[in-house]
Amino acid sequence: MIVADKKPVEEIIEYVKDSKKILVLGCNECVTVCEAGGKKEVGVLAATLRMYFSNQGKEDVQVDERTLERQCDHEYLEEIRDIADQYDAIVSIACGVGIQFTAEKYHSIPVYPGVNTCFLGVTEQRGLWTERCQACGQCILAYTGGICPVARCAKRLFNGPCGGSSKGKCEINKELDCAWQLIIDRLKAIDRMDLYEKLFNVKDWSTDRAGGPRKVEREDVQI
Amino acid sequence: MSAKTPSKLEKVMAAGHLGVTSECGPPRGSDPEVIRHKAELLKDCVDAINVTDNQTSVVRTSSLATCIHLKLMGLEPILQMVTRDRNRIALQSDILGAASFDISNVLCLSGDHQSFGDNPQGQNVHDLDSMQLLWTVRKMRDEGTFLGGDEIKRPPKMFVGAAANPFADPFEIRVPRLAKKIEAGAEFIQTQCIYNLEKFEEWIRQAEDRGLTEKCYIMAGVTPFKSAGMAKYMKNRVPGMDVPDDVVKRMADTPKGKQAEEGVNICVETIQRLKELKGVSGFHIMAIEWEEKVPEIVERAGLMPRPETD
Repeated sequence: MIVADKKPVEEIIEYVKDSKKILVLGCNECVTVCEAGGKKEVGVLAATLRMYFSNQGKEDVQVDERTLERQCDHEYLEEIRDIADQYDAIVSIACGVGIQFTAEKYHSIPVYPGVNTCFLGVTEQRGLWTERCQACGQCILAYTGGICPVARCAKRLFNGPCGGSSKGKCEINKELDCAWQLIIDRLKAIDRMDLYEKLFNVKDWSTDRAGGPRKVEREDVQI
Repeated sequence: MSAKTPSKLEKVMAAGHLGVTSECGPPRGSDPEVIRHKAELLKDCVDAINVTDNQTSVVRTSSLATCIHLKLMGLEPILQMVTRDRNRIALQSDILGAASFDISNVLCLSGDHQSFGDNPQGQNVHDLDSMQLLWTVRKMRDEGTFLGGDEIKRPPKMFVGAAANPFADPFEIRVPRLAKKIEAGAEFIQTQCIYNLEKFEEWIRQAEDRGLTEKCYIMAGVTPFKSAGMAKYMKNRVPGMDVPDDVVKRMADTPKGKQAEEGVNICVETIQRLKELKGVSGFHIMAIEWEEKVPEIVERAGLMPRPETD
């Protein structure tokens, strides 16, 4: 999933402090799972904003709540078509994708981010999300035991651990697993240490961010 | 192995002598006298001088510019290049720049993570890793082409090296990793500082079993301790460093005023023991901000005078 984290409320207040009618817009997908931008968080943020405006003596400011199934699809974003014009600010707490798609769709209404979008990751345990993928566009997991050195090695090394791997941990942080230790452990477990011996040559990064904004186009599913 | 490049270091080791290198960390400023002073201290006791590339991710004068200063002094620099700060365009470009000054040694590294340095909020590049950089330099030299395939007019003639840390984890892949570096194009290796001699000897033995010491010159890395505090720091705080307890104790049991001398003694003893070890082709003496001690270490280790090359 796309993992996001809540922005400090002071930062959000700074965006909307002069607004009169605000819509806090959540998303029922990834950000709900990572507890940063779902219906529950919409309620908490809206209540916090109302309290702020009330304390400022701005009782007339209206803060409404709405959570869409997704903010990355036309169909769900259209659900607020009839009401969007009433607002002079939308605070989207979907991921950066949803925030942008909302802004694209409602061109004349300011849309502000209520979260920081962090990475593609997993729920390791309740309240702990960790990165797994950087969407480089050319998956190499078949050769690295299903563990990605691009996402999980601080130097994204392709040919084994650097000299700073110590007792299974990364040199930059003792809490952080060394990706290459994990890869080696896994290659041993699946009896494929031969894969480690293979030199991984220069990577084509043109499918990564390096190649500019990307798209996937599938004629077979286009209508 | 016979010499393939104009590198003095390669010629020394190809002739069967033990090679000796040391290093010069560029200054955190633009005064070339600092570089020249360090180089003067080292010039008669080593075959080549490594120039570090923003080591520990702290901004310094560039490795390439410093190498040029050394070259203009008539010395033999080893251009250290890390893949942290430059993409493949900049790396190839700097290799050509170095070659245009006839700098004939390069050491390919990934580099310390930027979080250790003075710009922890910076991006890192890592377009290539150290092995891919080795492969790139060898392609430029041996095939005379850029990564993109175009021909290079007057290709770089560089003796190509890499680092190896026999002490990092997991130990079982340390020799396979060395094999990969050699396959990628490494012709010489400079190791991490050696204090755990038994572990190093085991690593060399495994490397020899795979025939790697026949394909590549292994230069054993040594660093003299200045104090017991430094020994403890290296043991506890430097990632991938293996300093056995008895070495720390030997430093700690030495009176403060004599610790520096004891640190040099340990370093000299290490070289003397490893000189006899099959598979060791030379020594890389990293006297961190203590370059003035290198001549004494080389002399006492019986590595003087340095051989002449044509």
